[in-house]
Amino acid sequence: MNMSIKVRYFASLKDRIGRSEDILEASEGISVQAIWHRANADKAMPDNTLAAVNMDYVDLDRLVKDGDEVAFFPPVTGG
Amino acid sequence: MAIKICPDAFDPWQEIQSYQRASVQAGKFGATSVFIGTMRDFNEGDQVKGMFLEHYPGMTEKQLEKIASKAKAQWPLLEYLLVHRVGAILPNEPIVLVAVWTSHRGDAFDASRYIMEALKSTAPFWKKELLHSDQERWVTKNTDGYAVDQEG
Repeated sequence: MNMSIKVRYFASLKDRIGRSEDILEASEGISVQAIWHRANADKAMPDNTLAAVNMDYVDLDRLVKDGDEVAFFPPVTGG
Repeated sequence: MAIKICPDAFDPWQEIQSYQRASVQAGKFGATSVFIGTMRDFNEGDQVKGMFLEHYPGMTEKQLEKIASKAKAQWPLLEYLLVHRVGAILPNEPIVLVAVWTSHRGDAFDASRYIMEALKSTAPFWKKELLHSDQERWVTKNTDGYAVDQEG
C-alpha cells in the first residue's frame, strides 16, 4: 500500500536543505532513516540530527505509518 | 498547572503573581521556586543585538506536558507554571519562566531544576542570534547543566 508521509524540517537543518517540508509517497515498512534518504537523496543526514514521529522523539529505525508526520531537526537550544 | 508559549514579551513577575492569586491554594504551599532565563547581549565573545526563537508548534507543548508529568510523578507538586517566549526577542527580555509550588523547599528546588534541565535538553526550541555585525548564526549547544534524555 502506498502511504502519504509529511516530512518537516526545523532551524539550521531547514536552512541547510532549503525547505521546511516535503510530502512523500512511500511504501509500508519504510523507516525514518529511509524517509530522510527518499527526501534528501543527495545529502547525508548531519550527525547530531534528532527525529520525531507525530511529535514524539524516535530512533531512526522506527517504521512510519500512513499519515504520520516525520520531523528532522538539530539539537534543541531553548530556555 | 499551566504551560504557555508566548509570541510577545512577558513580565515573569506579573505572571507569577497572577497565577498564584488565581490558581494556587493559599495556606497549602510553603515553598515556591522560580527560575527565569533572560536574553543576554553577549554570547561566545560576540555582542548580540537580537534573537529569533523558532519552535515546533504542537511538539513543543507536547514535550513540555511530558516533562511536567514526569516532574509531577517524581515530586509532590501543588502547582507549576511554565512560560516560554518564541519569535523575535531583544536583550534583557525574559525567555523562560519555571515556577513550582510545593509544601517544602527541597521538592520545589529539585522539581524546578529538573523541569528546566529537561526543557533545555528536549523541548523543541532553537535560537538564532543576530550579532552586532548583522551576521546571523544558530546557537548550536547549551551551556553546561545536566542533560535529560528524551526518555526523561
